[in-house]
Amino acid sequence: MANPNKKKIVLPVAPDTEAHGPVKHLYSKKVKLPYGVPGHNLTEMEREVSIDEPPALPINEKLNVLGKRTKRVDAIYKVTGAAKYTADIQLPGMLFGKFLRSPHPHAIIKSLDVSAARRYPGVRAVHVLLMEPGGSVERDSGHDAPAETYNMDQLPRLRYVGQPIAAVAAESQYIANEAVKLIKVEYETKPFVLELDKARKKGAPIVFEEVIEDGGNEGDVGVKAADEQKGNLRGPTTGSFLGGPRGDVEKGFAEADFVLEKEYRTQVQTHCCLETHGVVADWQPDLLTVYASTQNTAGVRDDLAELFGLPKSKVRVITEYMGGGFGSKFGAGHFGVMATMLSKKAGRPVKLMLDREEEHLSAGNRPNSHQMLKMGFRNDGKITAIDLTSYGTAGVGLGAGVGRVAQDMYECPNFRTAQYDVFTHAGPGAAFRAPGNVQGVFALEQMIDEAAERLGMDPVKYRDLIDKHEVRKIQRMKGAEAFGWKYKKPGSDPGPIKRGFGMAQGHWTRFINLNSSATVRINKDGSVAIMSSVQDIGTGTKTILAQVVAEELGLMAEDITVKIGDTLYPDGPGSGGSVTAGSITPAVRNAAYKAKMELLGQVAGAWDVELSDLDMKNGEVFSKTDSSKKMSFGEATKKMRTNQVMATASRPDDYGGFEIGNGIGYGRLGSVQFAEVLVDTETGFIKVERVVAAHSCGRPLNPLQVESQINGGVIMGIGYALYEDRILDLNTGYQVNANLEQYKLPYSKEIPQIETVLIEHYGAFSSTDASGIGEPANIPTAGAIANAVYNAIGVRLYELPLTPQKVLAALGVS
Amino acid sequence: MKNDSKERSPEKKKQGVSRRAFLRGAGMTTAGTVALASGMLSFKPAEPAPAKTALMGPGETEVSLTVNGQQRTLWIEPRTTLADALREHLHLTGTKVVCDRGSCSACTVWVDGTPVNSCMTLAVDVDGREVTTVEGLAKDGELHPVQEAFIEHDASMCGFCTPGMVMSCAGLLERNPNPSLDDVKLATSGNLCRCGTYPKVFDATLAAAKKMK
Repeated sequence: MANPNKKKIVLPVAPDTEAHGPVKHLYSKKVKLPYGVPGHNLTEMEREVSIDEPPALPINEKLNVLGKRTKRVDAIYKVTGAAKYTADIQLPGMLFGKFLRSPHPHAIIKSLDVSAARRYPGVRAVHVLLMEPGGSVERDSGHDAPAETYNMDQLPRLRYVGQPIAAVAAESQYIANEAVKLIKVEYETKPFVLELDKARKKGAPIVFEEVIEDGGNEGDVGVKAADEQKGNLRGPTTGSFLGGPRGDVEKGFAEADFVLEKEYRTQVQTHCCLETHGVVADWQPDLLTVYASTQNTAGVRDDLAELFGLPKSKVRVITEYMGGGFGSKFGAGHFGVMATMLSKKAGRPVKLMLDREEEHLSAGNRPNSHQMLKMGFRNDGKITAIDLTSYGTAGVGLGAGVGRVAQDMYECPNFRTAQYDVFTHAGPGAAFRAPGNVQGVFALEQMIDEAAERLGMDPVKYRDLIDKHEVRKIQRMKGAEAFGWKYKKPGSDPGPIKRGFGMAQGHWTRFINLNSSATVRINKDGSVAIMSSVQDIGTGTKTILAQVVAEELGLMAEDITVKIGDTLYPDGPGSGGSVTAGSITPAVRNAAYKAKMELLGQVAGAWDVELSDLDMKNGEVFSKTDSSKKMSFGEATKKMRTNQVMATASRPDDYGGFEIGNGIGYGRLGSVQFAEVLVDTETGFIKVERVVAAHSCGRPLNPLQVESQINGGVIMGIGYALYEDRILDLNTGYQVNANLEQYKLPYSKEIPQIETVLIEHYGAFSSTDASGIGEPANIPTAGAIANAVYNAIGVRLYELPLTPQKVLAALGVS
Repeated sequence: MKNDSKERSPEKKKQGVSRRAFLRGAGMTTAGTVALASGMLSFKPAEPAPAKTALMGPGETEVSLTVNGQQRTLWIEPRTTLADALREHLHLTGTKVVCDRGSCSACTVWVDGTPVNSCMTLAVDVDGREVTTVEGLAKDGELHPVQEAFIEHDASMCGFCTPGMVMSCAGLLERNPNPSLDDVKLATSGNLCRCGTYPKVFDATLAAAKKMK
């Protein structure tokens, strides 16, 4: 069996920056595509594309299904309880798994005895995680070493409370929960360190004596190679896939009229997916079937195939419905490997879903950050230098960088950064909705606000001056209009309850995953199906795919059956980094177009007309020149020679090529949000009253769902800004709020009025020209709220979450 | 929580515990108190609990209840929650378990028409009572107006909180046909949604109320 620790974790937003060169086509054609923003600067762009590409789609206004507010195709199954999630899967003979986890933040297991657990009535399998030489975090070795007792040379070191040690599979969850407690473990505890600042100090307990090989989630800036690990420090990372340092920062500061230098801190946020991480694994001699709550079915398949030495064709991963991931659900995970191992041992399916506490402890989090940001400004507003140093901890994982916003959002000739990962004895971080960038914006956008005030400029107008992003300019304008933006002097309200207005911006790379394929199948009875392994994680992927095919075939979204989230079908992309809509929809449209041409070819033969004379619209197939020749779609499919026509297509290169490699498109997804808050200066309580969120995601395919996504990003941002905080007990390493009542989240009463402003933006990038929205929706919120709080009380807060205590401390109220 | 547990007929009874007497005496008030204490739902026992004690378990015990209009009899361990009874024994998996301790309301069902957290309610405590789950909300193939409005307004995203949200909102309209936005916020104040469907849940519920008039 392969050593999993030698393998890099599948990165949700790992851009394909390798230059493979563009795909060459035997025949190409020139197409004119819409380009720009309707109502502002809409024009046409001519692109040379493969002869196989479908014709250019006009702007949404001229379409029947795309761009229309379309009901979610699977909503009926969600509102009636019929939708089956991984947690709902029940298979005949299914067993239930339960983990034994470390009660210590740092310990060696001196001995371990599973005999009592194995003998417990109803227990069908026990598995102990064994150590891999050179191994790092907690991924299961997958090694099978059936024994009753294990010695310390075989067992991994424990580095956080909640680290998995072993698991049992039993006839019921109750039995599994009881049996796992019978595993006898003798621990030798070691000194541990939980805090970012302490872990950096000399003499701090060292988390990893050896250099670890995990790729981490990159924090969206990249993680420094393994040789840059000293003590608990890893790094610094001095650049990103967009490049390294530029210019001369010292010279830039010398040229500045004023320099701002501030420190910012952000907290650890946990994902709190409503459906916990977990799988149901069914090991059969000819096929391993795994129902997984994942953002990447194909990734889970690849992990398990590699770990268990199986051909990919003998692993099937299914995710029909998925209860939230937000970046944390990629790869098989320790639970996926454990469930598979238990199923293999027991010869029966095993369900292994984490409980709520395990979810907080071991299933990922957004790393915290300590950012030291220094920027130079000229009196004309120009930024002369940006220097950003940051430390963050992803616990025993990597990926605590603070993103690329400081590097890439505003023009500045002199830029330097040093971003360090700091190891602590806490659960591993994971990608979390715009990794790094949410943290980065909290700092950068507050400093831009400070600069605007120093310059005596309205923050919106100041950004107009320094921000070259065309679409964001329109977002600022439209957003400010919807918000009724008017600059207000900070802290100027009389009375104890003060109102404040603030805004902040976001910036997100347009990632594309070319490994995005789909099949469209038209059946003789007129039914149509889409098939791909791509999953719908709640973002509405099923619906937009149905819309794309319906538009191409002249049908309605509800006419299309969407079969996705199953690795039996062609590989779709993992859903992270806002790549899904921009990657899979062109593949689906192209497949639909190919299948349509096949069908029309057969009809043209039957009617004895030219293929180019036929088209489909409003449920009909018709001749463009002879109005007597038309029939319904269902009649047309009856003319098919075979029972179905099928076509498969993959995501072609971006029209016009990529900016970098094969994964980073031209242009960035900008976003602008405005917040109105009330701050009670007597209690320190902050209430977000209203948010206006101005966004663009290329061609919006379904504005109804885009709105929902934006609402979600804003609400998650409110949680991050005001409430959420993973709190560890410094004496024991336990998370004291590993639940959903003490880990504070926004509930209904914390929801402000949210207005979305959606800017249609055409970039002539693909056959659908769509982009994602998940990340951009979440990036600016906390920054906008922080600026609004400053505007209300006239005192700036530099540390998240913005709790009443911090407000009172900043105001000097004791 | 046996996956393949079957409903058994009363004549297969293995134990002679006086369940009904016990059920009236135990558990229900506890669950109600906890639900109230956690500020989630106002849950009132339908009748005052007479002080009677009886021993149950650790083996299985019989529970008869009406679920979505059908009489169901279960043999379950006394510690089985209503949520687990519904999900694991009756295979009604629409009801979701998220926090398993009454702080997220994903498991909301109605007992005698009142929304309760089924993860905080023992199945033995609803013996003889009427339970409505999200699967039973539609009547004669017609969706409840709240369900229709949820679809119309895109009030479900990943959908994992949706059954609980639907039961909370439909429950509100059953007792208050003319709710304000604040009423809807109060009715859903225990329901956690991480995707952020709240604004559309509010819209949908207010629209459904209008439609029901």
